[in-house]
Amino acid sequence: MLSKRLIACLDVRDGKLAKSIKFVDTKDIGDPVEKAREYYVDGLDELVFYDITASSDKRNIMLDVVEHVAEQVFIPLSVGGGVRNVSDATDLRLAGAEKINVNSAAVKRPELISECAEAIGNQNVVLSMDIRKVEATKELPSGYEMVINGGRTPMGIDALWWALEGERLGAGELVVNSIDADGTRNGYENNLTRMISEAVRIPVIASGGAGKPEHLYDALTEGKADAALVASMVHYGDYRVSELKSYLHDRGVKMRMSW
Amino acid sequence: MSRAVIVDYDAGNLRSVHRACHEVGLDAEIVADPAQVVSAERVIFPGVGAAGSAMKSLKARGMDQALHEALDKGTPTLGICLGLQISLDYSEENDTTTLGLIGGNVRRFALDDPALKVPHMGWNEVVLKKPHPVLEGLEPGDEFYFVHAYYPEPAEADCVYAESEYEHPFACAIGRGNYFATQFHPEKSGRVGLRLISRFAQWDGTC
Repeated sequence: MLSKRLIACLDVRDGKLAKSIKFVDTKDIGDPVEKAREYYVDGLDELVFYDITASSDKRNIMLDVVEHVAEQVFIPLSVGGGVRNVSDATDLRLAGAEKINVNSAAVKRPELISECAEAIGNQNVVLSMDIRKVEATKELPSGYEMVINGGRTPMGIDALWWALEGERLGAGELVVNSIDADGTRNGYENNLTRMISEAVRIPVIASGGAGKPEHLYDALTEGKADAALVASMVHYGDYRVSELKSYLHDRGVKMRMSW
Repeated sequence: MSRAVIVDYDAGNLRSVHRACHEVGLDAEIVADPAQVVSAERVIFPGVGAAGSAMKSLKARGMDQALHEALDKGTPTLGICLGLQISLDYSEENDTTTLGLIGGNVRRFALDDPALKVPHMGWNEVVLKKPHPVLEGLEPGDEFYFVHAYYPEPAEADCVYAESEYEHPFACAIGRGNYFATQFHPEKSGRVGLRLISRFAQWDGTC
């Protein structure tokens, strides 16, 4: 039986680890290579790096980070942030990323998903979706809207429609990130996660809002997510990766418990 | 320790396999020249992608013949993921005739449970069916990382060394003589995966 996955997301700015609260007030909290290694040894199932570097001339720093991590961490590694074309994706793959996350650029130009799927395989293309809750309207029937640019720009695109469109275009996996919940530590948006997970046949990763172990349990059961993504919970040392996995395992969630 | 070549046929991320070899002290080189595969001490045959394009690319490079020759010489050979799938006779993916190193077919997962996603992606338990030197040390509960929409169905049960389960059991480690292959990715499966590659590095090709 397939295990549920615990994924840690590391936001990287100028080669350093950062954690944002509602996408603003980022601050440096350490060395991404060191953190990645620490989580790997402690049983993490998968790693995501998100490059939030603002200036494009510093992008190559990220390739170095990915390369160093890939030399020491032997679990799937996913990288996103600023992927605009196939050549960005291929560069990251060569540096050592298995999977490539596309986000804002795909909302603006959906063919990016099919181009990447063609170049690196569907299973390696992750569509990362930043979503906010709105009042359901004719244009936004699910009551959830796509936003881009780190949550600043609403797109008038229905999130459920976009999830299905992403699957159709060849995404192999979806990250469902609630920007309302992000950084609050009050729990994932489980209604949103479940709605999307029930609608698609590709794996769904719940993101945004985890603060306590029970939030992960809720996302993986009630939210029907295939994986739960955590950030601040583990980055600040409040919880260990192994502790979260044991908690979920003890509550009956199938997790990988030997590593 | 001996040297290995990693067969390059435009299929997937060879460098992660290369890094994992390096980590366990196996000196490995990524090669696109069939002659280097024929003369290699050990061969690793990885792959991510589609069966149809992989077979085309192998044939265009003369790599299919080189693999047959290496195997006939007794070279210990490890197939990974698509490398496993194209070692059987036939794959439903792109309706492809494959290498025929092991009898049987590769089928797409057709699952009844709508909650089960395809591809089968993530960590799953690998259950030993029959001892093999490359699987030595495998313990109950050990999980490996999988990413695949198609699974192997070998014709003969004695080729199956380990199984995994996704709605139904399927073969995830198969082999014959000096050929051994896994459906999962040992290079991405943490310590247990590195151990498997390390066992392969010491394997003499007999079992």
